[in-house]
Amino acid sequence: MDDINLIEAKNLYRHFGATRAVDGVSISVKAGEIYGLVGSDGAGKTTTMRLIVGALLPNSGEITVCGYDVRKHTEDARSQLGYLSQRFSLYEDLTVLENIRFFAEVRGLKSNEWYPRSMEILEFVGLANFATRRAGQLSGGMKQKLGLASALVTRPRVLLLDEPTTGVDPVTRQDFWQLLIQITSTPLAPNLPSPLHSSPNIGSGDGGEGAVAVLISTPYMDEAARCNRVGFMRHGKIIAEGTPSQLRSRLTDRVIELRGSPLKLLRRIAQEDLDVEDVRAFGDRLHLRVREGKADLVASRLPSAIRSEGGNVDGIRVIPAVLEDVFIELSEQSYE
Amino acid sequence: MSDAVVRVENLTRRFGEFIAVDHVNFEVNAGEVVGYLGPNGSGKTTTIRMLLGLLAPSDGKATVLGFDAFRQSEEVRARAGYMSQKFALYDDLTVMENLVFYGGVYGIRDKGRIRETIELVGLNGHESTLTRSLSAGWRQRLALGIAVVHQPKLLFLDEPTSGVDPTARRAFWDLIYNMAESGVTILVTTHYMDEAEYCERVGMMRDGKLLAMDTPSKLKETVVPGDVWEVFAEPLQNGLAALHGVNGVLRVGLAGDHLRTITERGKKKEDLQKVLKDRGVNVSNVLAGEPTLEDVFLSLAR
Repeated sequence: MDDINLIEAKNLYRHFGATRAVDGVSISVKAGEIYGLVGSDGAGKTTTMRLIVGALLPNSGEITVCGYDVRKHTEDARSQLGYLSQRFSLYEDLTVLENIRFFAEVRGLKSNEWYPRSMEILEFVGLANFATRRAGQLSGGMKQKLGLASALVTRPRVLLLDEPTTGVDPVTRQDFWQLLIQITSTPLAPNLPSPLHSSPNIGSGDGGEGAVAVLISTPYMDEAARCNRVGFMRHGKIIAEGTPSQLRSRLTDRVIELRGSPLKLLRRIAQEDLDVEDVRAFGDRLHLRVREGKADLVASRLPSAIRSEGGNVDGIRVIPAVLEDVFIELSEQSYE
Repeated sequence: MSDAVVRVENLTRRFGEFIAVDHVNFEVNAGEVVGYLGPNGSGKTTTIRMLLGLLAPSDGKATVLGFDAFRQSEEVRARAGYMSQKFALYDDLTVMENLVFYGGVYGIRDKGRIRETIELVGLNGHESTLTRSLSAGWRQRLALGIAVVHQPKLLFLDEPTSGVDPTARRAFWDLIYNMAESGVTILVTTHYMDEAEYCERVGMMRDGKLLAMDTPSKLKETVVPGDVWEVFAEPLQNGLAALHGVNGVLRVGLAGDHLRTITERGKKKEDLQKVLKDRGVNVSNVLAGEPTLEDVFLSLAR
């Protein structure tokens, strides 16, 4: 049961006039998996999400959520979905609990269902002590947790989160991710019946049956690194996909950190080296992307070149690539 | 330290009972690129508003380019540039028209200076493009151009690259470094860890207090209390539970497909492997990791 794709989108196309917002996107996310859709504003992340929740129809392509065709069985598909949009709306005049009640009742839950569930979820996201506080009085991070709690109250098997952590405190962001990873690997409770599994399974552990599939979009590369799998989006297309480790391994032994002064001299000499493909300045150091197999060569000849022009080298070493390096490398390739 | 371009002494701002900026001290020297990192609401923008003389300090003092930021704010603003994330560009005007318009606000009538600015931010060839049809990355360059059209000695950037892709961000920072090399001093506020990495020195702001300010490398060395490890193990949740509370393990968390942990210095890879094996967790790999500015922030905040 591990390989069931709770989200299955095939060859999605959606244009707005002449703009091809989503241009042939296929994504599958299975139970227990967090899939990160990464890209800049306008890359097509939000449109892809809106297609999957059925808020927008594709020009062509197929989408199923928990086995339900989103176009033909929209309500069934939606009953399995929790969606936190970029600008999710909370009722600021209602309390935390009243907000959750509202979302639960809209989804047709009765009070003997939603109430115990809400308290459990509020406990889980750390808002239990704030149940009677008005949403308008919550901090940014708490509002975001309330948004997540509201999306979770129907016990969805599929969670779609559109840039949920933009602008929040790193401490809150850390907590949010720990929650998300726990939701994904250990379900809170039995799920609603779905065509994929007739007998609900309680606390089945990590992965597989009962676990949740998460699709999250983010403009932040450091956040992408926390996902199980990542798809880089650019101009409506997914230009690369894989686990963070797989993506980073494209650039194993290809990134060098150089520390020294003056930075301007270091930059110039690095840029002049024919085996250096790219130079990124980071305040007190440089990251160089070098040609395959040339890391040792570059690391041995740059320091002498720098010293011969009166510069200092405090350190030079091969470092693991970060996802940002990979994204830049891929973007350059897609121009060629 | 007489060449400090920005000098902030015990700078404080209260709004009623609320202390938005709480006795902050720092200096920025000529040609430096300094980041001011903190979550929304931590006091970054209030600090900038005081440095630009838009808001009076409740206590303390800010000297900018040798002028008292509040009493001589006209002098400061004539010599400083400000690029805000929500900067208003006229969508119906072309790139050139926006620059001419904003240049005029600063009394720049010289077409030559407008041309130089276009060159400087790399907008050549886009002069007659309507602003509304620019991509996020190009809009940013235009906003930067407008902020520097009057050749400021000091530039404030407010979350300058949020929402653009890494390629555009890299190009933008190349421009910023070129300006810094020509002597412009740059102060960048951001809530974005990746962006702070680009700065020469970074100040960490939380609840109105400046928790630390140093180079990213120094912060990682001095503030993060140990070594970082990336642990690949199955099942992850059991691994998390196993490492929690182990002597010498300072912090452990889930990181997508693996665990990330910070241990006291001197702990070895083998120590972690043993703890996990003893609790029945399968370890496929333990790699030495790199500390991040987020680790620094979390260490300072907790």
